[in-house]
Amino acid sequence: MQTLVAYVENKPGVLNRVSSLARRLAINIDSLTVGPTENEAIARMTIVAHTDEKGAHRLEASLEKLVDVRLAENVSDRALLERDLALIKVSADQQNRPHLMELIKVFRARVVDVAPESLILEVSGAVEKIDGLLEVLRPFGVLEMARSGRISMTRGGDLLRPPVSAPSSELAAVDSNLK
Amino acid sequence: MKLTGAEILCESLTRLGVREIFGYPGGAILPVYDALGKSKLHHVLVRHEQGATHMADGYARASGGVGVAMATSGPGATNMVTGIATAMLDSSPVVCITGQVSSKVLGSDAFQEIDITGITMPITKHNVVVSHAEDIARTVREAFVIASSGRPGPVLVDITKDAQQASAEFDWEASAPQLPPKRQRTNHDPAEFDRAVELLNSAKRPLILAGHGIMVSGAMRAFEQFVRAGNYPVAMTLLGIGCFPASDPLNLGMMGMHGEAWVNNAIQEADLLIAVGMRFDDRVTGDLRTYAKSARKIHIEIDRAEINKNVKVDAALVGDAREVLEKLTPHIVTRDHDAWIRHIAKLKGDSAVRDIQSLPDTGHLYAAHVINDIWKETHGEAIVVTDVGQHQMWEAQYYHHNRPRTLITSGGLGTMGFALPAAIGAKFAKPDAEVWVVVGDGGFQMTMSELATIVQEKINIKIAIINNGFLGMVRQWQEFFYDKRYVATPLVAPDFAALANAFGIRGERITKRAEVVPVIRSARESTETVLIDFRVEQEDSVYPMVAAGASLSDMIRRPNSPLVETATEP
Repeated sequence: MQTLVAYVENKPGVLNRVSSLARRLAINIDSLTVGPTENEAIARMTIVAHTDEKGAHRLEASLEKLVDVRLAENVSDRALLERDLALIKVSADQQNRPHLMELIKVFRARVVDVAPESLILEVSGAVEKIDGLLEVLRPFGVLEMARSGRISMTRGGDLLRPPVSAPSSELAAVDSNLK
Repeated sequence: MKLTGAEILCESLTRLGVREIFGYPGGAILPVYDALGKSKLHHVLVRHEQGATHMADGYARASGGVGVAMATSGPGATNMVTGIATAMLDSSPVVCITGQVSSKVLGSDAFQEIDITGITMPITKHNVVVSHAEDIARTVREAFVIASSGRPGPVLVDITKDAQQASAEFDWEASAPQLPPKRQRTNHDPAEFDRAVELLNSAKRPLILAGHGIMVSGAMRAFEQFVRAGNYPVAMTLLGIGCFPASDPLNLGMMGMHGEAWVNNAIQEADLLIAVGMRFDDRVTGDLRTYAKSARKIHIEIDRAEINKNVKVDAALVGDAREVLEKLTPHIVTRDHDAWIRHIAKLKGDSAVRDIQSLPDTGHLYAAHVINDIWKETHGEAIVVTDVGQHQMWEAQYYHHNRPRTLITSGGLGTMGFALPAAIGAKFAKPDAEVWVVVGDGGFQMTMSELATIVQEKINIKIAIINNGFLGMVRQWQEFFYDKRYVATPLVAPDFAALANAFGIRGERITKRAEVVPVIRSARESTETVLIDFRVEQEDSVYPMVAAGASLSDMIRRPNSPLVETATEP
């Protein structure tokens, strides 16, 4: 599994270009999250892909060839903070509810909805933690689950910023040559 | 100044230096055609939109500039798909402009509406829908920049009819390209560079693999200096042909599936491959597990996605070929490779004897004779535009190109039907050049309707049909790998000379070797287009051949015994 972070133009059709590229390279995407950044013109993607280092290099380099992708970087080998958010609707009756609450405490999940026969839990954290909770909830009966997909950020001073300068001089030169 | 979107488009194209547009009108692009009529742009009416894209492609490849094709929405746009993919695979800067239904009905399956940007997403470098007149000038300028910069490629601009009709302020200065900023990925890693220099100076058996990127980068002079500095033998890819003179003793010829035997053997024996502007295509490498096992590899390439894609390299210098070569050349100190070069000369061995040119003249006409005679008669100075198949490989083997951009051929996609329209485009790019089409009887029948375009535009090109009555390359594979079961390859063709006459073009038919040179001379003397139907040996094959997926060392060689007798069997 490889993790890539990409800064892309925040406009229609870009997600299609990115996902279509992965399809063309026959790379299965495990999760892809996209959301705005502090700069409203730019969106940030975290792509988790079923591929090896070579495949990730191809994906990264091919993504950067797309006009609407400012930067793509394979961060798999870097120190990462990774977060996934899950909402889990689990079956809960009078008998097993106390046992369930114990587990919820251990995993630092929160109960965000209570109904007579079920609870909705919210849990965030590393993927392994959510998978772990899911495993122990299974015997109670998991009725529904929604996950946000992973978002990743390199730790500390390892900054991954989008390039925001004016179009490169190379491109400007080409345009003036054409004139 | 207020202009309509259509007028803004024509004005922008004019300011970008466009002279010709290859296209076909229709409902959704009609406002642009109305504006075209009032502009200085020359519109070339094609007979099929595929032809328009190949013409724009041929124009781009012959000139080094951007070619422009135009079509209406729906079927006009979808007919461009093959031509766009052809340009994509060969990194050719083509800008396609398509009309689109009005933005008010987009997505409603309106008459002749099709999602052409969706369709062409994987076969364009970039594409975009424009639905506001005020965005047209900037978008077209951006399209030209994208198409021609970095690794070039086709860009499609889809303009809705209401954007063509609406009025907007035209301000050229204010509509400068605004492309997203990119991280500059050119590789300046000093360690990588030093490793390349060390490999160059320690190699005993170095060999350059010269590709299309040298031409695209305009690196011919820098490349020659690099070759001279290291005294390196040079092998060419199909699209690299012309970037280094064929007449130079260091130029070995073409590599790969139908490359010269000594070139492929040299690759397998080399201890260093210096790949410049090429991408280790499967037609070049054969089986990757056995490819150049004893060689270290340096890859000079502008597209980072090509590094280590097919062949793992020891030093990757990502960047423009000219810049990288200019940086490398001063560091070359080792240039004594004479023993290696003598060894390669020995590898040629009996190749000359096996060559079809050495077969006794038994009255049979071989394609190689025709192409070799065209080469001699044109002094190797014509622009030759080929189609795809056997004749294409024979052209690469028997027409010796000394200048860049004089062989125009569909390499990556292998598009039959490319030659005739691409040659028309090349002729517009280089009106004073002698342009020859070398095409098979199969491919010619795919786009021969463009003969009418030739007549309408009164242009002068020479068309040599290498007519063997078969889809020859497929037949050759059937002969070698399918026990001569010639399924769907025998091919009926019209009387091409009579067909030419019907279009108002002089047509000739040649069946004997002695007639070849006279007809070439007479065609060259004519100031009009001449079509020559060369009836060549039906079952000749291209040698040597590396079977698909086989090792480069395992070549099927031309049989020593004259194949004339077997070749005439039905």
